[in-house]
Formats: sequence, structure tokens, C-alpha cells
Amino acid sequence: MFSLAFAPLDAVRTAAAQVQGSQINDFLGEVKPDFVPGWAVPLTAAAIAVGIAMAIVSLIAMIGTWLERKVSGHIQCRYGPMRVGWHGWLQPLVDGIKLLLKEDMIPKGADRVLFVLAPAIVLASVMAAMVAFPLGPGFYFADINLGIFFILAMTSTTTIGVVMAGWSSNSKWSLYGAMREAAQVVAYEIPLGISLLVPIMVAGTFNLIEASNGQGGGLGIFNWYIWPWVNPFMLPAFLLFFVAILAETKRAPFDLPEAESELVAGFLTEYSGIRWSFFFMEEYAAMFLYCVVGSFFFFGGFESPLTSIARTTDVNVLIQVAAATTIILKGFAGLFLMMWLRWTLPRVRIDQVMTMGYKYLTPLALACVFGAALFEAFLAPVLPWRS
Amino acid sequence: MTQTQEHSPTISQSEGRTLESGEREYMLDVRTTDLEVNMGPQHPATHGVMRILVRADGELTTGAQPHLGYLHRCAEKIGENVEWLQYLPYTDRYDYLAAMNNNLSYSLAVERLMGIEIPRRAMMIRTICAELNRIGSHLIAFGTYGLDIGAFTPFLYMFREREWMMALFEKICGARLTYSYIRIGGVFNDAPPGWLSEVERFCDTFDEKWQEYVDLLMVNHIFVKRTADIGVIPKEMAIDFGLTGPMLRGSGIDWDLRRDMPYELYDEIWKSGCFEIPLGTGERGTLGDCWDRVYVRVMEMRESIKIVRWCLANIEPGPVIADIPKTLKIPPGECYVGIENPRGELGHYVVSDGGKVATRVRVRAPSFVNLAVLEAIMPGTLLADAIAIIGSTDIVIGETDR
Repeated sequence: MFSLAFAPLDAVRTAAAQVQGSQINDFLGEVKPDFVPGWAVPLTAAAIAVGIAMAIVSLIAMIGTWLERKVSGHIQCRYGPMRVGWHGWLQPLVDGIKLLLKEDMIPKGADRVLFVLAPAIVLASVMAAMVAFPLGPGFYFADINLGIFFILAMTSTTTIGVVMAGWSSNSKWSLYGAMREAAQVVAYEIPLGISLLVPIMVAGTFNLIEASNGQGGGLGIFNWYIWPWVNPFMLPAFLLFFVAILAETKRAPFDLPEAESELVAGFLTEYSGIRWSFFFMEEYAAMFLYCVVGSFFFFGGFESPLTSIARTTDVNVLIQVAAATTIILKGFAGLFLMMWLRWTLPRVRIDQVMTMGYKYLTPLALACVFGAALFEAFLAPVLPWRS
Repeated sequence: MTQTQEHSPTISQSEGRTLESGEREYMLDVRTTDLEVNMGPQHPATHGVMRILVRADGELTTGAQPHLGYLHRCAEKIGENVEWLQYLPYTDRYDYLAAMNNNLSYSLAVERLMGIEIPRRAMMIRTICAELNRIGSHLIAFGTYGLDIGAFTPFLYMFREREWMMALFEKICGARLTYSYIRIGGVFNDAPPGWLSEVERFCDTFDEKWQEYVDLLMVNHIFVKRTADIGVIPKEMAIDFGLTGPMLRGSGIDWDLRRDMPYELYDEIWKSGCFEIPLGTGERGTLGDCWDRVYVRVMEMRESIKIVRWCLANIEPGPVIADIPKTLKIPPGECYVGIENPRGELGHYVVSDGGKVATRVRVRAPSFVNLAVLEAIMPGTLLADAIAIIGSTDIVIGETDR
């Protein structure tokens, strides 16, 4: 869990193995004409999966930017975008066109290779993480045994891209942003991972779908891990997790790497056009992904009254659609919470961020794990609703 | 990356010392070079075209030097070349957030030189406008300070109230930012019908909203953590640097020109006991820190509302401008009048040789004087604190450069 240095490699190997066993792969294997060689099947399956992941990332980013504008607008007594489409819902599309058409600028004295590579790495890492995100209990690209581990490993790769962006921009503000990002992510990766251990311990699995299945029953609500009757250490663990993902995704009050009023735009200062938008797509996709992870491990995953009702019909398509709707709604609910915080709170200072991460969150997360472990070992077996 | 100076660690045999085990131990100088960062002229936190050359050791600021002059428009020299009344619109442009106060300062100086009597209603309307404008200016100061600290939303809430204030000014004089409404001899025209009752409605609404701002930002835990104990200006330092206005009162020094060197009706208003002078108390940190300065501004908004209410209760019909000729010829002499602007003491020193134009117009601008303290309090703070300190001085670049 904690030696993340080699994690991406291992995770890629796991993911590659999983793609070979995925539904797309099986389907392609069935419809494959005879003249196509066998090795082409997993490659095509992987390409399709990547395409879908890319589409999902872009879609989430588009909805995310629109939502951010509307939420901030309504919090600030205004409407946000209203001109393009109903309540401006086409605004992200128009913005995307604008960003594509903008001049592609690389500042003088920048390290061109790194400068161009950085947004690609950032976006690629979050797209790779998207592969492990199941939309329904039987509707996924790759059902990875270590799903949560894979997601954490992949999203933390983003930091490399950000540091590269900051270093290669040849701007002091960018460098500041990159250093802050590196320090902050290293500090918060630890409590993030540790706080996730609590639900992992209760669920007994790293797999997202299995974790969701473990929360079934109870009208689709009352068996969620977050409830104190499941494990009283779950709620504090979730709060720690939430603070950590705020810092991890560079969201206010931890938006120090960007810190508009301090560092102009931090590591984004020299980026413009479509490259700049890559960072934004990553930000929203990562936010959504972390929220989804949170809902899988704390808020029931696919389980909701809607899914419970769908289950009674016994129609597989209905169940899958209900599960997908549930998880997407839960993800966006988390996204909304993060936006709400962003438009309400002032920014904390870098030393306060570090103090909080190392001195408070990490020990508290460890205490949570310890308490939860004791509870699981001695109390959970005797509780009637846990057996 | 460009750095200020090359720093290569050196080591010599003589610097080492021998340990008991016989090994030699050397002290290696691993200092890194300081980074020089230009904060501005285009930077979101410098509130205009000011450049601050910051020396930074990582996140730590080791030096700061403000560079001025990007917005210099020769205001004082223009004053020596245009007629007395023609100079009035130029005063709008120093501190564009408090143009009414600037007009008032210049008008008072010229009026005192002329020795004319101002109608009482004119003085009432002047006081209402000046105090409303103080509220507007403090709203911007507080709102943008929240923006510097990273809270975006309160800023827009404050613009909402400021918008109403500007609409009020638009009704009375037609302009929203550069009013030129307070003239030599009184005010340009009487308040339109219903204006005074709308001001009263504004006061009622503002009292509610004021509490909202305090709850939302002033006592917000993160805000307090970011501003308390940061940028402390002790009492002696505040006096040494000639600070005025909220910067001075934030350090706990009880000095307000409205009470201590009263002009217009302020003597009467102070004696009626309707307003107080808020002072920094250091209740969240040290006396004279950023939080105290912002606290003084926030409390002053409320006091201004009280002054406006007093004027609304006591205003009577009458003329609003003294009978003065269109082209002024002022007897020879010189005069200095300083008034309490939102940012401190704005003084006009005017000299006349009996002609149609001034011989000298000198402006004592509070932002310019208050800015000097930055260099003394910024070193040793973190980069984010440096932003907080710049914000708490509440400078307007139009006024520092004139």
C-alpha cells in the first residue's frame, strides 16, 4: 500500500492482465473473423477501453466545468453561464472549441519536451485510473482485484506531470506551484491511503465491485459502511479521507499549487489553449474519481433504494442502469460538496497544510485504523447485524 | 532558472576540526541562493500596477522592495496649470474608490483659502456622501482582502452592496466612480426627491449584511489563522512611518481626524456621541496584526452608517452651494487641510498668488505613506503572508502614484 514507487508498473501489469479477461475482449473474441490473428483481440479491446475512458474523462470534465460555474454562480448570487443552450449547458463545448482554436504557445526558454509532455502525462494518468472505475456490477473495462490500489497509484502519477510542468515552464511562479504540489501530495497521500484501509478492512477486499456488494441489503441504505453501527471508526475515517482528497486534487482550501492570488496561476501560469485544458480535465476527472472511490468504500457504491427496486425486477439491464445512475449521482454529489467548499472557504497557508497533513491527519488516520481493527477483531463477530 | 547570484560552496582544510576518532569533520555551507521574484506590475494581488521585488528563500520572504510610478499622471503639476475648479475632476482619480472624499479634501482646502461660508445642507449632503463612499471603499478593501486570502465569494457579496451605493451616487450626480460632485462652495446639486429615504433603506439593509460578512469572513477560522499575528506593526513603528487611518488605528493608536482635527460638521456629530472610533485590540493575535487592521475597517463601516443616520435625522432644506463666481480668483495665501479618507489622512496643500490658477498643489496621499511600511514588515514572512500583508495595507495605486 505504501511503497507507491513501483506501484504504477505493477498496476499496469495487473490492468493488462485484466483487460484480457474483460467483457470487451470476450465479445471481440466471439465475433473475430478467422483471418485476424489472436493477439489482435486484446490489443483492440485495450484500444476500445482507452477510447471509452477518454470519452468518459472528457465528459466528466465538461459536466464538471459547467457544474462548477453554475454552483459558484448560484452561491455568489448570480446565474453563471446562461447564453449557450438551456442554462448554458453547451458552454463547455463552446469553451472546448475556443481552447482548441487558441494559439499554441510555448514560452521562450522553456524545456520544450517536458513542457509538451507534462499535460499528456497528467491526462494519461487519470485516464488510466478511469479504467478501474466500474459503471455497474457487470459493466466495467477491467475488474481489477487491486482496483483501489490501481486508482491511487495512477492518480498519484499526476504529480510527476505537474512537477514537470512547473519546472519546464521557465517561470518562477510555475516552479513555486510545482514545489507546493509535490510537498502537498506527498504529505496527503499517506493519510489518504491509511484512511481508506478502514473500509478495506471491513470489506475485506481491494476490489471496488466486491466492496459495493458487501454493502447490499438493508433497503440499499442501511448497510453502507459509513454508518456507525457497521464500524464506528468509519465516519472519522471518511472525514480524513475527504480532507485528503481535497488536498490531493488541489481543491480549495488546499489549492496552493494554483493559488491564484499568490502565484498568479501556479504551475498553470505559462500554459494556454488545449494544453491548459488538459490540466483542467485531469482535475475534474480526478475529483470525480476520488468521489466515486469514496462512495464505493463509504457510501454503498452501487447500492441505493433505486438499485434495490431494480433488483426486484430481475432484469439485468435495469439493474446495471440503476447501478450506473446511482454511482454517477453519488460521484457528482461529492463533486458538488467539493465545489461548495471551494466557493466558501479561504485558502490555508503552506506550513498549515504541511502541519495538518503530517501532525494531525496521519496520526489520526493511524488511530482510526487501529480502532477499526480492534472493533473488527473483537466486536464485529458478536454483533448480530454484522455476522 | 535565473537566480540572483551564483553561490558555490567552498571548503578549505583549515575550516575543519579533528574528531576523537581521528577523522576530520568539515562544515559545508549549503545555503541556497535567494530567488528574486517580481510580484507585479501584473499580479492579481498587488491591487493595481505596482511592482514588489520580493527576495525569497523558498517560501520564505527575505526582502521586499516596492517599486512605484507605473500609474504616475502628474496630478500635482496639472494642478498648477488648470483653474481652481478645473482641477477638481483630477482629484477623483487619485483614490478612485473614494472619489467623494478626495473632492471634499480639495474643496475644503480651497474654501479655507477663500474664507467662504458653506450652507449647512451642503455640509450634510457632503458628510452623507463621504461616509457612504467610505463604506464602499472599505467594502472593496475587505472584499479584495478576502480574495487575497483565497475566499472568492464574500468579495462578490460586498460588490452587491457597493453596487447599491454606486447607484445612489449615480442618482445624485450621474457618475458611478469619478463623481466630482462635491464642489468648491458646496455640492453640485441638491439630492433628488426620494434620495434621502433610499439612503435610509440602504442603511437598514447594510446593517443586516454587515453581520453576514463578519460571520462569513471576519471570524472564519481559516481567515483568522491566516491573518492573526501576521505583519505586526507595533505602535512606535506605526508612528515612525507616519501611518494614518485604519493602518494606524489597527495598531491601537487613537487618532482620527474626524474627531481630533474636525472639519465640516464632524465636531457636532462627535459631540452628539453617535459614533465611536474603532481601534485594533489584538483580540485574535498580536496588537497591530493584519487581522486588527481589517477589523478596524469592518467596524468603521458600521460607524459610518451611524454618521449617515445622524445626518439623515438632522438634515434641513436650504441652499446647497455658496454664491461663488465661475472663475475663481483667490487672494494670495497658502493652506493645508487634511481629512480622514478611508485609507488615512488625505491632505491638500494649496498655494495661491492671487491668480486664476494655483501656484502649488501638493497632495499628501495616505496610500503612498502607508506603503513604506511594507519594506519593514514583509521580510521574514512566508510568501502567502506577504500577500496578506500587502492586502492589509489597502493601497490604491492611483493614489500612491498620482
